Amino acid sequence: MLLTVVIFLPLLAAGVLLAVPRIPSRAAIGVWIAASAVDLALIGWMWWRFEPGEGAAGVVDGLAYEADLQWIPTVDAGYHVGVDGLSLPLLALTGVLFLACGIYSLREPDRPRIYAALFLFLQTACLGTFASLDLILFFVFFDLSIVGMYFVIAGWGHGNARRSALKFFLYTFIGSLALLVGFIGLFLGSEERTFDMVALAANPPLADSPVAGGLVLLAIGLGLAVKTPLFPFHTWLPDAHTDAPAAGSAVLAGILLKLGTYGFVRIAMPILPEAWQRWAMVAVVVGVISVLWGAFVALAQTDVKRMIAYTSVNHMGYVLLGLGAAGLVASADEGARTVATVGAMYQMVSHGLLTGALFLLSGVLWSRGHTYAFDRWGGLARPAPVFAACLAVAAFGSLGLPGFSGFIAEFQVFTGALQAAPVATVIAVLGILVTAGLFLLALQRLLTGDTVVPSETEPDEMGGGPVPGRTDGGAVTATLPRKASRMADLRGHEMASIIPLLALALILGLFPRVLLDVLEPAAMAVAELVGR
Amino acid sequence: MTGMGDERVLALLPELLLLFGAVGGLLLGLWTPQHRQWRVRLLVTVACLASAVAAAVALPEPAERVFEGTWVVDTTTGVVRIVVALGVAVLVWLASASLGGHPRETEAYVLMLLGGLGSIALAASGDLLLLVAGYLLASVPLYALAGFAKDSAGVEATMKYYLMGAFVGVLLLVGVAALVLAAGTTSYVDLAVLLPDASPALLAVGILGVLAGVAFKAGAVPVHFWVPDVTAGTTPPMAAYITTIPKIGAVAAAFRLLAEPFAGVPLDVPLLVAVIAAASMTLGNLAAFNQTDVLRLLAYSTVSQVGYLFMVVAVAARTGLAVPALAIYLAGYAVTNIGAFAAVAAAPAARTITDWATAVGRHRWLVVSLVVCLLGLVGTPPTAVFVGKLAVFVAAWDGGLAWLVVIAAINTVASLFYYLRWIAPAATRVAASESTTAAARRNGPGTSGETAQRDVLEPIVVLHAAAVVSLLLGIGSGAWLTVVLPS
Repeated sequence: MLLTVVIFLPLLAAGVLLAVPRIPSRAAIGVWIAASAVDLALIGWMWWRFEPGEGAAGVVDGLAYEADLQWIPTVDAGYHVGVDGLSLPLLALTGVLFLACGIYSLREPDRPRIYAALFLFLQTACLGTFASLDLILFFVFFDLSIVGMYFVIAGWGHGNARRSALKFFLYTFIGSLALLVGFIGLFLGSEERTFDMVALAANPPLADSPVAGGLVLLAIGLGLAVKTPLFPFHTWLPDAHTDAPAAGSAVLAGILLKLGTYGFVRIAMPILPEAWQRWAMVAVVVGVISVLWGAFVALAQTDVKRMIAYTSVNHMGYVLLGLGAAGLVASADEGARTVATVGAMYQMVSHGLLTGALFLLSGVLWSRGHTYAFDRWGGLARPAPVFAACLAVAAFGSLGLPGFSGFIAEFQVFTGALQAAPVATVIAVLGILVTAGLFLLALQRLLTGDTVVPSETEPDEMGGGPVPGRTDGGAVTATLPRKASRMADLRGHEMASIIPLLALALILGLFPRVLLDVLEPAAMAVAELVGR
Repeated sequence: MTGMGDERVLALLPELLLLFGAVGGLLLGLWTPQHRQWRVRLLVTVACLASAVAAAVALPEPAERVFEGTWVVDTTTGVVRIVVALGVAVLVWLASASLGGHPRETEAYVLMLLGGLGSIALAASGDLLLLVAGYLLASVPLYALAGFAKDSAGVEATMKYYLMGAFVGVLLLVGVAALVLAAGTTSYVDLAVLLPDASPALLAVGILGVLAGVAFKAGAVPVHFWVPDVTAGTTPPMAAYITTIPKIGAVAAAFRLLAEPFAGVPLDVPLLVAVIAAASMTLGNLAAFNQTDVLRLLAYSTVSQVGYLFMVVAVAARTGLAVPALAIYLAGYAVTNIGAFAAVAAAPAARTITDWATAVGRHRWLVVSLVVCLLGLVGTPPTAVFVGKLAVFVAAWDGGLAWLVVIAAINTVASLFYYLRWIAPAATRVAASESTTAAARRNGPGTSGETAQRDVLEPIVVLHAAAVVSLLLGIGSGAWLTVVLPS
């Protein structure tokens, strides 16, 4: 019951926002913040009361806050939700990130009421996906998150928003239908003909038919790979990110991508253990390719937001590397596979916090100068020290500096994967190097040197490089009234949204036990289930 | 006939109520002044609702065949009865917006009732001759309805519809004749026994002819050419009627044909139907891609929807999941399709997507309901069509047509593309506030404010109701399915 309240509270708030027509702009965002805050408090309470348990670790047993109602009786699909060590951290991440986005959007000038309602709707969809223990329910929320994000990008994006939104919708919708086909395969392959994840994981379907199992895993893997996104299905991601509003990007990268990786841990691995073992090497290889591809393509970007988007591909590659290594039962002991799984899960949370912060920071750039191009910005450390500090912290965290959550995550992924797939792991470590290089390069371009700030009315093609005459911009200001001549530093609501995300990443980097205590038993259960 | 007691007549109570509604409406209309024709509408609605209630009451009873096995009363028939009766009731009100005060208002309502009756007859027929009668009853009133406005587009649509209908009607008769020749009987029960041993050539001709007949009524490829022209040529409420009511009956008829007489024949009829299904959804979707006219877009979308429905027809005899899947999808499709056409009827002057988006401009809730209906047609959860689609996919795969499920999934993505072509301009224009106010005001003059207001009221109500019902049917499917299909 509590979990149901947590899931649907944002939707209720969204309904209120839509139903009451004359809410002032600030109050609408206020409703969003209040709903998200209450939701986060409830999730916090759930976390506090959550007992991982000794024998009951999660996935197939030890599920807390369970609710199970019949929904579509003809195919035995139900409203079955529950919380375990896998879903709880992601539920908490969702709560934190949506609250941060709400605070960040406090001064949203463009139709704030509908904007807030859409985000609250999205929050329900994301929470629902993480909490669902039924394949069809998972699919329902998964699909609704796509619908919600489509309207966010199409309605509040900039640049070529409509096109990017369409690309995003079509691409991820293909993925979700592949997922649906795979789910139907699981249903028909199971003995008791059910969509219930717990029952399916306890008694895996298609265990004795490797071809059918492989095909079903292919369909599910395809669907999740599009969402994650993994090479070569990542092409929707940069466009969607570049044209989405900052809060939309933060949610897209921070939460929606996790729906894909979470699906691997929650569905593909425990329900199709035999197929996952057989094809784990493919996951490892795809993961490593994603790591390198994302890193190198990010290096080549001239646009801040596109660069961050490609680093998401890179970071999700580590997740898949860890999960793939967890399936290589023959060449690794269970301890190593558990560590790899824990690392992958940790990376999901860590990436959500850090990339969320990075995208919000890039939104600050857009709000000041309406461009993300590297060559239109420079020397921001002097006029905007707080912005510079936040960006530096987020970038260092993201490249995996010890002391931040990203380090804990990547370290565990590599430790766990080294035994099973040494070559792949060593290659993937190269990715860290490239990421470090590109983040340092980005910091250098944006923060150091002469101060360069774009003026809104200048055409893009003039920005061939830091033009000396533009450094103070005073001459042009006289003729162009709305031109930003100086970079304004972070405002209160921007700080209030970004700094807590970075602080959390730091806390999780310094005191990893907070999260590990919850994650480890569940990860162990997953590793055990895969090893069947 | 000796065995025709009271009970067997009462088994047809829902149909009789519809018939009484039609005849009573005609008589009442004759003696009612022009401006009081709403009485007829009321009578017709009451008849429909009573028929739906009677059908719902009869639903849990065990399946039976009445009138010497010609009329089958089972779950499929029951669901079709309810959906058709309620659909006709809603469509009568939807049509009243444009028909109110029309000199032949009563006739339109009566014809709509009779067409609905024909649709039920198609679904319930357990005999080839009744199938032919149902085909005619579901066709002839619709010819008149298609051209009811008597404008050039309507007349052209009627002409095309009629010629095509007459041609396919002949094919149907040839098919029936061939089957009678092959088996010597017209009853489905006997056909199921005798057809497996019949001559394959005769069987092929018979099956092709009969399937052509039902495919025409359903608007499936390759006899779908009338759908876009008739839909775009007639008024939006009539288009909704023509693309909803007869389709339901025809798909149910095809389902029964596959499940009973064609189940044991040596030819691979399910494969043929599967190919028809794949072709319908693919061609319907491809043709819809570039449509700018909202009615034509919806017309092709109905062609593709029939493709999904024919998936479950193909596996009618192969899996027990087929009957519930058909019932869910039929109900979901009827609700959602009527809602989408009501959206068109809400802005009758707008023919293209951009016109529509401009016309509804500031009415945010209209756009929300439209989005629910269109995404419902895509099969986005948690709408009714999603539940139906899920059930259909499961049934088709269970029946050994996994390849068709993959094609259907790909087609679903493709269909999203053109629905989004409508959703995107409508949704983004919602907030473009002031610029559209002027355009909305420009629509006003010509008619007085009072009638303009009245004109669009019913479609708006129907659209919102359809969106809400679609969501409720989807979310609450656990509740209503246990009542309708206790397993």
